[in-house]
Amino acid sequence: MKLQRVAALTKKNLLLLIRDPGALFMLILFPVIATMAFGLAFGTTDSGQSTYEIGVVNTDLSELSWSRHLIGNLSETMILNVQNYSDSNAVQSDLSQGKIQAVLIIPEDFGSSCDSYWASPTDPNLWINTTVTLYLDSGSLFATRAIPPIIQQTLSTSIYGSQQTKISGPVNIGSPSLVEVSTLTTFDYFAPGFFAFFAIFLIMTVSQSFIFEREKGLLRRIRTTPTSSSEFIASHTVSNMITAMIQVAIVFAVAILVGYRPLGDATSFVSAFLILAIFSLCCVGFGLIAATLAKSSGAATGIAFVFIMPQMLLGTFVSVGLSAIAKEAGRFVPGYYVTDALTSLFLRGAPVTSPSILLDVLVVALYSLVVLILGIILYGKYGKT
Amino acid sequence: MKEAAIIIENITKKFEDATAVDGLNLVVEKGELFGLLGPNGAGKTTTINILCGLLKPTTGSVKVGGYDALKEPGKIKELIGVSPQETAVYPHLTGKENIELFANLHAMPKEKRNRNVDDLLQKLSLRDQAKRRAGKYSGGMMRRINLAMALVHDPEIAFLDEPTVGMDPQSRRAVWDFIRELRKQNKTVLLTTHYMEEAEELCDRVGIIDNGKLISLDTPQQLKRQFKAKNLEEVFLQLTGKRIREEV
Repeated sequence: MKLQRVAALTKKNLLLLIRDPGALFMLILFPVIATMAFGLAFGTTDSGQSTYEIGVVNTDLSELSWSRHLIGNLSETMILNVQNYSDSNAVQSDLSQGKIQAVLIIPEDFGSSCDSYWASPTDPNLWINTTVTLYLDSGSLFATRAIPPIIQQTLSTSIYGSQQTKISGPVNIGSPSLVEVSTLTTFDYFAPGFFAFFAIFLIMTVSQSFIFEREKGLLRRIRTTPTSSSEFIASHTVSNMITAMIQVAIVFAVAILVGYRPLGDATSFVSAFLILAIFSLCCVGFGLIAATLAKSSGAATGIAFVFIMPQMLLGTFVSVGLSAIAKEAGRFVPGYYVTDALTSLFLRGAPVTSPSILLDVLVVALYSLVVLILGIILYGKYGKT
Repeated sequence: MKEAAIIIENITKKFEDATAVDGLNLVVEKGELFGLLGPNGAGKTTTINILCGLLKPTTGSVKVGGYDALKEPGKIKELIGVSPQETAVYPHLTGKENIELFANLHAMPKEKRNRNVDDLLQKLSLRDQAKRRAGKYSGGMMRRINLAMALVHDPEIAFLDEPTVGMDPQSRRAVWDFIRELRKQNKTVLLTTHYMEEAEELCDRVGIIDNGKLISLDTPQQLKRQFKAKNLEEVFLQLTGKRIREEV
């Protein structure tokens, strides 16, 4: 294998990426625009906290000081804009119309319950237990994620004081058993899957570039030179790995620009690059298989999507909202392991040497090797003409 | 007799039920400029594709530069330069980048590559347009780049498949001059064309091929004498009863 040939063909492939508007859009501009759009839509920057409308129905029959204290504290969070309602029907109506994002109903015995706690703080048998009811706008992803922890925290602080938020007491929130304070945004959950998502589109560009060279007679022409098939395919592999690296760097930069703050250190970033470089080999393999099966550029796009769609749905950020069965099915696509490894690195803060990440990398590497070899064999046998 | 550069022994190439080349025998001498003439579909391009290793003959054998095309195609590819009939250039690369790419595919040293690229751009009147993307070239310029890509590595044997088709007269003359220069450099050139005046102007010998069969082989002058014809067009008419190409 002559390095000069591989380098010349790699340069040619990269120039195509830079100079062809279609390829440039697909591999660079699309990731930039999509990351920016998702980041701005689902991310939260440090300075720009949103506010949510919350309707409060106070039915407390006691002297009202406890409930007023709670409502005052809710207003002071600056995140919740409290609107008082006297009628639970009116508040439910506003919630169903999306005018408010949450409803808090303070029960009749709320004050009594608080008093009972402070009368005997160490004897739960003497407490009057009660439940604060919270309704959320299920159509709002932000509300369902952001409001319960704020209510929980404010309620605890209001009743037990700022130092005692973890203790048990007589007042509970109606549905809060799962509530825990979290600073992560939806974009933080999506971001690891983003990297695999964009890399998957390499399948399409690889298949189209092979088909283009075949249709234009360039492949035949190259075959009249001493260039071997392995040199030709090596050049595509190298150029696509470089493309994947550029893509990852750009997506990282844009994501961070719009507020993404991943866990992990420099090693995690380097590891992410390596994992995606390995994954790009898999995409080249799928691209070769698509190019082998396709007889025209249009067909190549269609066939490439046969490989892209399952990975996109099951192996990237899209899978976050899928059913458990679909998530299990994701284990059959390599993108799943890329996303899982990046999630461990950037969301769970796991070190790269953790067994789960090493296992993910191993699966991606084996998958990529098999698919690439299969692609080379099939293309070498049936794809040249 | 001079050393043979190309030896074709009784080759036949069949595509399913069609026979593209039918029992072709031919020897092209080293340093010879040989013209393979015939109408579209006569089997010229198939013959070239067999010679440069893109196709395997159904029967028969081929030697190029002393190497068997079936057994040592890699050796042959180091000797040859192929200018395909359909222009095959990368439209997103400049003319110069296209030529440089093919120089690199032949693993040329950088200095020689740069020298040859500049030389070819000059000879084919492409220097001024060298840094424009090939996709924006005119048809004639594209064909000249196509030719330069085949010859940048200074091949011993050049296969030029219809190198001037669709060119304006001025460009065609420039290419003819360039091809004549190849002969002066003792290169072996196998040229296919259906322009009879091109063959008369350039070729030492011509082989007339029709329906995959070689029907006549000699120098243009000898063929004209033999058939008492004014030009090769008339020779072809007498041999086949038809014109080589429709009048444009």
